[in-house]
Amino acid sequence: MGRFHRHDDGSEHSHEHLHDHGVDHVHESDGTVRELTPEEAAERAEHIGDHTGYETGNERIEVLERIFDENDRKADANRAAFDAAGVTCINVMSSPGAGKTTVLARTLTALKDTVRCGVIEGDIETSIDADRLAGTGATISLLNTGDGFGGECHLDAPMVAHALQRLDLSALDLVFVENVGNLVCPAEFDVGAHRRAMVASVTEGEDKPLKYPVMFRNVEAIVVNKTDLLPYLSFDMDQFLANIKAVNPDAAVFPMSATTGEGVDAWIEWVKQG
Amino acid sequence: MHELAISRSIASIAERSAHARLARGGTVTTVEVDIGHLRQVVPETLVWAWSFVTEGTALDSSRLAVNHIPAVLRCRACGAQTVLTDVFTLTCGTCGDGNVEVISGDEMVVVALIVEDNNG
Repeated sequence: MGRFHRHDDGSEHSHEHLHDHGVDHVHESDGTVRELTPEEAAERAEHIGDHTGYETGNERIEVLERIFDENDRKADANRAAFDAAGVTCINVMSSPGAGKTTVLARTLTALKDTVRCGVIEGDIETSIDADRLAGTGATISLLNTGDGFGGECHLDAPMVAHALQRLDLSALDLVFVENVGNLVCPAEFDVGAHRRAMVASVTEGEDKPLKYPVMFRNVEAIVVNKTDLLPYLSFDMDQFLANIKAVNPDAAVFPMSATTGEGVDAWIEWVKQG
Repeated sequence: MHELAISRSIASIAERSAHARLARGGTVTTVEVDIGHLRQVVPETLVWAWSFVTEGTALDSSRLAVNHIPAVLRCRACGAQTVLTDVFTLTCGTCGDGNVEVISGDEMVVVALIVEDNNG
């Protein structure tokens, strides 16, 4: 779910291709999907709200509310709470198995004596990741999205607000939000962090930035983890870096191995800059 | 799951916006949304999620009308416009420059509701 909407004509990256289906595709009684042409989209951007009612006898109520407004308001409140306590918050995202928890464990251990860290640990079920981080000296607030939050595949601002109740921000300098492993949904939800980072890994394939551009262009830092495995893989690092550059030219990129510690220092420096 | 969470947000905005009419016995027949291509939402999945998110609520049997907005870039270097389809490489399709501005495709908006008065 949440992947690209693939078009029936199978077109790939055909820049000149203009959508020519201005017709309503009626899928079922519950709804309709209409593909707008670029011309319609441009006009819409200029005259948003200037629509003609299409069902006579019924009243049309203009809403024009961004779907994420409610989440974003809560995210702003979270950010204000961090700011008031002088805490920097970093939202860490990745696909499942990229090594997010290992990267965090190494980061927390490196910061142990100089920076007071907290972690909001998001997982659908279990406390396995939280348990792994428990020995690092950081304060952990576990948030199981399967427990009263509908088993969500991402953390949103209200969930993080809930987890914040169990963190004493006045005793912390830095809070990591370890998001649920998923390259689509977490990118859309502002949780109130100041900085956003993601962990990719060399076992995932060079095409990931192109397949999940919303995530890759949504972060300021990208860890490319598991470089110790490079000798055993056909992973093309140059191609991967070029793909990152195509979707997010400004991202700071940190190839490293959280297992061996190789390349970790530059990432730790980025974390400390906050 | 993404579409499910978005459907819930749409329903919450729609119920709040229609609150007064619903209280007077009105029915929401249509909820219209704009979803940009860059949002990686599958419109058909959103419609499917809508059917069970609204089941048994004040929005039960309402129709979700999704306007899927194409992703269009304008190149700051050469001025050409590029329509992105499957691959989201954010570069100009004409000159290849990466200095582009997103003209459309980022939308995620509840545009309007159609409400029917049931009082005759």
